[in-house]
Formats: sequence, C-alpha cells, structure tokens
Amino acid sequence: MAQFLQFLFSGMTVGATYALAALGFTLIYNASNVINFAQGEFIMLGGMLAVFFTQAGLPLPIALVLAILVPAIVGVVLEKLAIEPVKGAETVTLIIITIGASLVIRGLIQVWLGKGTHSLPAFSGDVPIEILGATLMPQSLWVLGVTGLVVVALWYFFSRTLHGKAMLATSFNRLAAELVGINTSWVLFMSFAMSAALGAVGGILVTPITLTSYDVGIMLGLKGFVAAVVGGLGNGLGAVLGGLLVGILEAMGAGYISSAYKDAIPFVLILFMLFFMPRGLFGGKSTDRV
Amino acid sequence: MKKNAYVGLYIVIAILLVLPFVLPNSFYVDLAIRMAINAVIVLGLNLLIGFAGQISMGHAGFLGIGAYASAVLPTHFGWHPLLAMGAGAVATGLLAALVARPIFKLKGHYLAMATLGLGIIINIVLRTEAALTGGPDGMPVPALGLLGFELSSDKHWYWVVALLLSVSVWASLNLIDSPFGRALRALHGSEVASQVAGVDVVRYKVSIFVISAVFASLMGSVTAHYVGFVTPNFADFFHSIELVTMVVIGGMASVYGSLVGAVLLTALPQALATFEGWETVAFGTILMICMIFMPRGLVPTLAAKFGKGA
Repeated sequence: MAQFLQFLFSGMTVGATYALAALGFTLIYNASNVINFAQGEFIMLGGMLAVFFTQAGLPLPIALVLAILVPAIVGVVLEKLAIEPVKGAETVTLIIITIGASLVIRGLIQVWLGKGTHSLPAFSGDVPIEILGATLMPQSLWVLGVTGLVVVALWYFFSRTLHGKAMLATSFNRLAAELVGINTSWVLFMSFAMSAALGAVGGILVTPITLTSYDVGIMLGLKGFVAAVVGGLGNGLGAVLGGLLVGILEAMGAGYISSAYKDAIPFVLILFMLFFMPRGLFGGKSTDRV
Repeated sequence: MKKNAYVGLYIVIAILLVLPFVLPNSFYVDLAIRMAINAVIVLGLNLLIGFAGQISMGHAGFLGIGAYASAVLPTHFGWHPLLAMGAGAVATGLLAALVARPIFKLKGHYLAMATLGLGIIINIVLRTEAALTGGPDGMPVPALGLLGFELSSDKHWYWVVALLLSVSVWASLNLIDSPFGRALRALHGSEVASQVAGVDVVRYKVSIFVISAVFASLMGSVTAHYVGFVTPNFADFFHSIELVTMVVIGGMASVYGSLVGAVLLTALPQALATFEGWETVAFGTILMICMIFMPRGLVPTLAAKFGKGA
C-alpha cells in the first residue's frame, strides 16, 4: 500500500507536467490545427531560464516570471515568423517546421548555457511529508497545486471571459468566428503565447525534482503529446486527465514491471489507445467531410 | 510511361558511373555511399508519404530492425549475414503488416503519433536488451561476404550501393506508373473517391507500408555492414525525422526530389560541422526556411518555376 501510494505520488507529479504540456498542444491544435513539436522546448526553456536567472542573482519570483515570459515571447515569434506564413500547408510540412524550431531553440540554449545538467532548489524546502507510510515531497505539492490553479484559471478564461470565448469559437469554426468579427490571427497569437507559458510553468515546477538540461525537451514534449492524444486531441479536460494517466501508468510501470522500459510505457499506451479508441478517451465523434 | 521519365534515370546512372573517378578522396567516396543509401530509403519512404499520403515518423525503427538483425544474428547465433539480412527484412515485413491495419485507420496527426510511438518502442527495446544488442554502446557487425568474396573496400561498397540505387530509381518510376501507383496517388487525392472507384484502399495502404518498411530494413542491414558498427541512434526519433525531412525538402511525390533531399540532407551536417556548436541551430533554421518558402519541396517548386513536370 505504501509502495503503491509512493508510485502514485511520483506519477501524479510528473503527470501534472505532462498535463501542462498536453494543454499547450491542445491550445495550439484548436487554434490552428498545428501539432507544435516545439512544445517540449518550452518546458525545457522554463526550467533552464529559471536556473539561469536565479544563478544570475535575480530574486526567485522575478526569475520565475521572466522564465515564463521569455518562452511566451519565443512562442509568439515562432507563430509570427514560421506558422502564419504557411497557413493551410500539409500536416507533414507543419510538423517539420515546428521540429526545425525545436532544433533552433535547443541549439541556442546549448550554445548559450552549455550541455550541463542543472537543478533548482525546491520552493519550500526538502522535508518530506509522510502519508500512510509513503513520502511526499513539498515540491510535488507545488507542482500539483499550481497545475490545479492553472486548470481552474483556464476554465474561467474559456467559459467566463469574452477573449476566451472568442478563442473557443475560433477552434470550432474559424470562418464563422471571422464572420462574427473575431480577430482570428489574434487568437492564433494568444494560443502560442499561452501554450508556451504553460509549458514553461511545467518545466520550472518540475526542475527541482527531475533536473533539467538543454535536451530534456524531446521526451517531455513527446509524452505531453501522448497525453494530449490519450485525452482526445483538442480536449482541455482530456489533456489534464491524459497527462495524469500517462504519468501514473509510467510510474506504476517503472515500479512494478521494469524501470528500463519506463520511457516505453507511454508509447505502448498510445498504440493501444489509438488502435482501440482512435479518438482518445474524451474525443468526440467526428465525421470527415468529403 | 512517359518517355522522358527515364531521362532522369539515365542521368542518375551517368552521374553514378562518373562519380568515383572525380571524387578527390575516400572521405567523399564515403559521403557518396551514405547519400546513396539514404536515397534508397527515402525513395521507399516517399512512396508512402509522398504518393500514398501516409506519414511515417518511425521509419528509423525499421532501419534499426534490419541493422540489428545483421549484427545480432551472425554474432550471437552464427547465421550467414545474407540470411540474417533476409530474416530482418521478413521480421520487419511481418511487424509492419501486423500494425498496418490498425495504424491506417488513423489519419494525419494520429497516424504520425502511432508510427512515432512504434519507432520509439523499437529504439527503447534495442537500447535496453543489452545482453543481445550491447545496449546504448552498440555492437560491431561482421563483414558481409558474397560467394567467398568479402566486401571491404569503399570502392566495392560504392558499386554495390550505386547498383542498388539505380535499381531502386528504376523500380520506383515503374511502380508509380503502374496500376498500383495510380491507385496510391488516387487514395492520396481522396480516399473516399478512390474507394468509390473500386480501389481497395486498405490493401494498398498496407502493401505500401510493408514495402517501404522492408526497403528500410534491407538498407538498415546494408548500412550496418558498411559502417561495421550499430548503435541505437540508428533507430532513434531524430533519425526518423531526418528521413521524413529528406522526403519533404526534396519534394513529396517526386522520385528525383527524394534523391535531391537525400543528397542535400546527408551533406548538410558535414557542411555545418565547421560551425562548431552551432550545427543544430543552423540545421533547424535551414529546415524552417525551406519549408516556409517551399512547402512543396525543392524539386516540385523549381520544376513549377521553370515550367516542366517533375
């Protein structure tokens, strides 16, 4: 039981990061039908920049704000320079553009901050909390708490504010949204900024637990993508549950089956999902127009 | 088949015949061999992505199966290398056939995700089963002997690979213009329409996936023997992406586009090596610029500009 709880805690902690990444995928996918393969790099940027700014002597809160703001700007630049000019291109073209972007971001960080592995001090100490024989690190509470807050804030934004509703409308039908006067290029702009910021938040929160380096983005991004697809691509609630599910299954698999195959678990899961439930857990039914 | 479609093939053969006599040193011979190997893989992948319109983001996984079959079976079980190569191809074909049906119910990003997942699983297996595969460090591959004659020098390899490439170009040109190829192009255009017209969509998708996977597996074996050493990087996500990029940069649905894409992207890392530390940035920038300004790829874009068919 204690062991099970332990795996559950660590799974939920990592899963929350996947959930934030998956939400990022979902936002951009809804606004533009693009799968942003650079999403993982936003996670990496969040962690690496937080380390860099704190080491440069900035107070923690300012460092963290900057570490969220800079990736958001990077996301916007990516959208303006590389995504907007190729509207309506084939899926595979867009995939390669975002992969190109992820290489550029990763390469720049490698040149600028080196290949080393870095960590951040935990936000509120390292004294573990004991629950039914299992231990929970305070940082895990930060991860889960902030992810929860972000989810609530996003829910509020999309269901209660005009801007949020405008974004939702665009994701349902771009043309119709334009006809009622919604500025859809603003929506595209916002969705890249928001998804980059979400990724960065995840990256910052998890750095005290899992460490960071210039190349952590690939796996984190891919697992975030798995989470988004498990939850039904384009579904916000699905993305969060998908993230938690992927994280928990990964931790359980690592604990009970094989830690060597830990990284394979999300991908085995995704194959099963796609074969038997191709629309994901929460993806609606849809028919293709011919 | 249009007569002028073969002109390109003759030009390719002519270049391949002249090349070894003008290449200044063994570094360039080696580069040419790698280009040709990649070109054959990309030709197969382009049949799938360019002509049939089905993305595979895990093709390096199939390459890895072929490469490791050639490394593991002769080393641990004493198989003849050619037999091992065949076994790798059969295993890849079976795996591809097994997953093809469920995979091709998927479209677009879901298909990309499924093939990507398959590739990553293969890579992780190769990385983890260290007792057989040497784990992340990789393992040496025994030399390839043909009828008592051992392929060892770069020159020998060059002619073998040049022959393979010429045959592949010829085979691709013929395949595309056959009823099979027309069916593929039809289902790229509209699956529903081609189904209505009597094309067995599933059968064609599965066959082309298996064909391109077996192509990749065989060339994985060839590369393994040529390099003499395999590592899991052979089968990693980034290598899959490189292959897809070669298809797209050169030009989807263009045989000569595949050749151009393979040649350029094999040469690019060598050319960028001088920008110490900046290679990744330069590589990513070039990918983005190519795709933004030529979303259809080099060869089709240039061909359209100069008013000729590709």
